[in-house]
Amino acid sequence: MVTVSIFSGVIFWVCAVGAVVTGVAVFRVDSMARATFALLASFVFAATPLLLLGLSYLGVLVVLMMIMEMVVMAVFMIMLMMNPAGLMPMTMVHNQRGSLLIAGGTFAVLGTGVFLVDWPQRRGEPAPDVTFALGEALMGSHMLVMLVIGLGLFATIVSSVVLAHPRGRYDRFGDDLKGRPADDPIRGSIG
Amino acid sequence: MSPVQQGPLWTVLLVPVLLAVLALGGAAFARVLDARADGRRITGSVLAAPLAESGRLLVQQRRSVVASDRLLARTGVVLVPVAAVLAALVVPLGGVTASDLSVGIVWFNAMEVVMWAALWMAGWGTNSVWGLVGGYRFVVQGLSYELPHMFALITVATGAGSLSVAGAVAAQDGLWFVVWMPVAFVAFLVSALALSFAGPFDTATGRDVAGGVLAEYSGVDRLLLLGGRWLLLAAAAAMSVPLFLGGGAGPLLPGWLWTVVKTVAVLGLLVWIRSRVATVRMDRFAEFGWMVLIPLTLLQALLVALVVLARGAPSMGGM
Amino acid sequence: MSLQAFLLLAVALLAVGLYGALSQQSIVMIMMGLELMVNAVIVAGAAFWFYVSPAEPDGQVVVLVAVTLMAVEMAMGFAVAIAIFRSGEIDMTDMAAELKD
Repeated sequence: MVTVSIFSGVIFWVCAVGAVVTGVAVFRVDSMARATFALLASFVFAATPLLLLGLSYLGVLVVLMMIMEMVVMAVFMIMLMMNPAGLMPMTMVHNQRGSLLIAGGTFAVLGTGVFLVDWPQRRGEPAPDVTFALGEALMGSHMLVMLVIGLGLFATIVSSVVLAHPRGRYDRFGDDLKGRPADDPIRGSIG
Repeated sequence: MSPVQQGPLWTVLLVPVLLAVLALGGAAFARVLDARADGRRITGSVLAAPLAESGRLLVQQRRSVVASDRLLARTGVVLVPVAAVLAALVVPLGGVTASDLSVGIVWFNAMEVVMWAALWMAGWGTNSVWGLVGGYRFVVQGLSYELPHMFALITVATGAGSLSVAGAVAAQDGLWFVVWMPVAFVAFLVSALALSFAGPFDTATGRDVAGGVLAEYSGVDRLLLLGGRWLLLAAAAAMSVPLFLGGGAGPLLPGWLWTVVKTVAVLGLLVWIRSRVATVRMDRFAEFGWMVLIPLTLLQALLVALVVLARGAPSMGGM
Repeated sequence: MSLQAFLLLAVALLAVGLYGALSQQSIVMIMMGLELMVNAVIVAGAAFWFYVSPAEPDGQVVVLVAVTLMAVEMAMGFAVAIAIFRSGEIDMTDMAAELKD
């Protein structure tokens, strides 16, 4: 049924351990730049098993998105964090023991559940082109999902710009909105 | 059926070699253009300058700065050429491709986005203000060119009805995509220059910030950055052939030769632009990217989608 | 590789992310914890798709929704972080306690 070759098994376990180790490293390293790229490494490690399952589109998409996201995140990390380069180590945590207990407990409970639950049997085989099947589902039977995603992303764009941008159009174009070119601190009509 | 077949495994090893030859050729052509602009005579030493420079950098000692983040710097520097080679893996040479991924176009895009992380890490890692400024500049540039680039790729995928490069080549059997997707082609060429931080888009390594990302690099690290940039430009030029110029299609000559001829032509055009156009300030390019390129490429994608709809059943090249 | 192995990876990622989201004080670090937890959802969704019902695309749709969710979380998180930083130089959750007072 499922061809489990030793090769892909080794790749899976290497990636799984790598994903968790780099995930832990995110909260252990002092340098914020390193923390961001440790998270990126964790995502790439976690996306590789998706490729092993034949989800080539989604796997590559996760890698592509995460690289862009993490570079933007690095910019914000450097901007907002004290001591971004980690040259003077400091801890910024609260409730360390409680968090560890809760996280450990969650892992124990869910981990046991993984092996105790009687998971359903595999039904059917993947479509010959899984990417095509995904696209067809999004444009057909799962159209509602696509609509919600689209609307959600649009709302996110609008609201994040409204929240983050300090200057409105009255600042840029004057009280009667007739000032041209815009009065911006940064040139290029992007400030 | 499909004009592009998966090659044997050893073709993977051929990709970096061919890409390096192409990149060296491009660099040599750039030296020739520079020499002509300066009024110097074009001699053998001008042509061999990139090779000689590579040799010089190979034996040059590495310089390092106090408290530099060596892990990130090294990773970033190595990722530049590696990403270029990985991106070129899906480019077919005539009828053979090193790896016929079903999502080759997305793969190319992902590998070229690696540059964002690579250049930022390389700039950050040296603990130099110029490097960091250069890294930030490249992120701004990335935000400006990436969306038009993606829309250009999406337009090709829409026209081909497939995400695989072989599908794109197969769909151009009658008419090359460059004919009915000229805007996407131009956007792709602009982003090819921008993603390899070359020519008008070299603010990340600009002279005004003492070399930017390159400021503190010497020896092998500098060679990897400079060489990786040429490899990237070559990979993008090679990718434009199967995406827009019909791959290996052409009369008389065999397919692989047509691919080489077209690639060299595109690379030559890019290098010529690189040498002849002045550096564009990144705020100008950001405005141009968001206010001009994105709407234009969106309209192009809409137009292509309408044509595909009107044509009836999609070709399903990559199924 | 089996369903259990994939789910174990997902659970481990979830636990690490949960620890980060609970223990970190800085807003940006909390968001990293949340991202790790969404990452766990991606792995689990893909595993359920492949090992339970590969004929249906639902598992893939879940992964796509999780990826979108991550983008939305990032954008809104940074927008809120910038907004409250601008209003009072706040970059840690313990300092943002107006509603408590």
